[in-house]
Amino acid sequence: MVTEASPARAVPGGSPNRSLRSVLSLLEVDTRLLGMVGALAIIWIGFNVMSGGNFITTRNLWNLSVQSSSIAIMATGMVLIIVSRNIDLSVGSLLGFLGYTMAMVQAVWIPKNLGLGFDQPYTWVIALAVGVGVGALIGALQGFIVAYGRVPAFIVTLGGFLIWRGLIFWYAKGQTIAPMDKNFFLLGGGPTGSAGEWPSWIIGILACVAIVYLTIASRRRRRRYGFPVRPTWALATVMGAACAAVLGAVWVANNYFWPSALATQYAQAHGIAEPPGGLQIPVGIAFPVLIMIGVAVVMTVIATRRRFGRYVYAIGGNPEAAELGGINVRLMIMRTYVLIGILVAISAAVQTARLNGAVTNLGVQNELDVISAAVIGGTSFTGGIGTIPGAVLGAVVMQSLRSGMVLLNVDSPTQDIVVGVVLVAAVGLDALLRRRSTR
Amino acid sequence: MSNGGSDMTAPQATPLVEMQNIKIAFGGVHAVDNVSLDLRAGEVVGLVGGNGAGKSTLMRALSGAHPPDSGQIVIDGQPATISNPREAKAFGIETIYQTLALADNVDAAANMFLGRELTTRLGSLDDSAMESATRKVMGRLNPNFKNFKTAVMSLSGGQRQSVAIARAVHFNARILIMDEPTAALGPAETEQVRSLIRQLKSEGIGIFLISHDIHDVYDLSDRIAVMYHGRIVGTVKKDEVTTDEVLAMIIMGKPLEKVTSEEIAQLHG
Repeated sequence: MVTEASPARAVPGGSPNRSLRSVLSLLEVDTRLLGMVGALAIIWIGFNVMSGGNFITTRNLWNLSVQSSSIAIMATGMVLIIVSRNIDLSVGSLLGFLGYTMAMVQAVWIPKNLGLGFDQPYTWVIALAVGVGVGALIGALQGFIVAYGRVPAFIVTLGGFLIWRGLIFWYAKGQTIAPMDKNFFLLGGGPTGSAGEWPSWIIGILACVAIVYLTIASRRRRRRYGFPVRPTWALATVMGAACAAVLGAVWVANNYFWPSALATQYAQAHGIAEPPGGLQIPVGIAFPVLIMIGVAVVMTVIATRRRFGRYVYAIGGNPEAAELGGINVRLMIMRTYVLIGILVAISAAVQTARLNGAVTNLGVQNELDVISAAVIGGTSFTGGIGTIPGAVLGAVVMQSLRSGMVLLNVDSPTQDIVVGVVLVAAVGLDALLRRRSTR
Repeated sequence: MSNGGSDMTAPQATPLVEMQNIKIAFGGVHAVDNVSLDLRAGEVVGLVGGNGAGKSTLMRALSGAHPPDSGQIVIDGQPATISNPREAKAFGIETIYQTLALADNVDAAANMFLGRELTTRLGSLDDSAMESATRKVMGRLNPNFKNFKTAVMSLSGGQRQSVAIARAVHFNARILIMDEPTAALGPAETEQVRSLIRQLKSEGIGIFLISHDIHDVYDLSDRIAVMYHGRIVGTVKKDEVTTDEVLAMIIMGKPLEKVTSEEIAQLHG
């Protein structure tokens, strides 16, 4: 027995002239993710300069966060699908179908068919539950055909892409269903569908506490086993940066104020005398953004801390090895589709609430945005590689490009061209860097 | 890994494994045709034969990777149904596959515990515990192994092979299938595997050893089974044959009794 298993207690602080690379490795931050944050910063600053300071405003950033959330929610599920070497082309159509289903539940079935009337307190819960349930069932069906029927995922979900879109017309007959239940509407964000000033700060502070606690707990665990841990300065830097980012985001959200018309309405309704210049009500973090963050946290736990996630990655890395390891590969594949079905339902709720109605082109082209977000976020089609935070960042990058170009009055076809070029360039660059790092 | 030591295995004991009349066909081809083979505790049985002789396929039947079309597997005297790798592992059958069967995108610990992850009380993966166990096993198998945090795809062939071996020996195997375990290894690492095989044997583990290297097999095995076109042409005791005779059986596809001394002489012609 060789006593190899007890390495040095801690990595020493290092020499004063550390290279950037060694500093990064000591910080143990994902360099790919850091690169994406850098790219995002360049995009934001670039648009800000070109638009004469109109991009980096609290208003625009707040809107950006809301617009990104729906795609980001679905992209977290798409990561697992692509990691396991499959694909889901049906998410856009499924989103439309589930959005319609939830709209029908709250605007037609509960009030009219059951005669219970509009705006009941439970309406939004039932609508959401039905949407999530149907989403999970449809996901299970598609996943079953992929995993057990051995029909290629591309074909199954291409079929789904046509079928779910077609079903919308079947039962909505091309009509828009509006408005939504008044509680359901809050899921879409907007000034009223946001957390407000103090709740936002409290959420931010709780998030910081969680970050510090989890980081220290993980360090303790490694210490207990005698593994190398990061130096204290690296730990403090990472925790400090993460908390600063969280609190910075809260600050931005709290420095975007209700539109003056809405604020006036609110002041009158509550009998508040409006000060000169109007009432300044901080909006805070929007509900869809909170939902997205919650989804991203849960999905990260599933992907990195649970058996299911480990299996999905192992399947993507080597399906045969996973099978020989005793993993029920087909069941795992089916589960990834159930998961994305649920996530599509959540996104569908956000989008219908935001529009305050279900329209027939709901979710059109979303599959492409979701896949692009996952792929820009570092998910590889060769399988086994991809992260949840990467996909969320990918969604923000995509949305930043879109809304930046809108701000610059770039027409929609040109926007598509730019996004297309960025998509291919990002993946090309990623492949190049990956090849370099493995050699 | 400890299995009670060497005192538990009298030669007459019930075989650990008996494979009886195993048949596996792919399409019309009989990859394994009515093969019977047994293995005792503390015994190394070498399985040799040309490419496509059916060695790996026969072993895949035992490891659950490819259940046989017909025939029976008996373990400790009891008929056993092995229809997938999980069931094989439940019988204490561990396999080092020729392809290594590693998930290239995850690290050594994740591969070692693939399908058998350690979890905390809440069901979360306990990566620290798994890494700790991996460091211990590796400290024994390959003390030079240092890359515990990197995906195994960036490891050398020898390091990858050590991960595959570590996985097979960590879980108290009673029956070990080693399919070309030294294929990717250098001379020093090969010697390490050889001494590992001797050590595991002394602990009472039964080992099926597949190798192209006739000398490897000859050195390590107690018995040698020669396969040819899906059949076993003969199972011989190592002490009773020469490497040339085994070689002749492999090439001619004939039992030892039918191999003539002229044919052996021709091998060197």
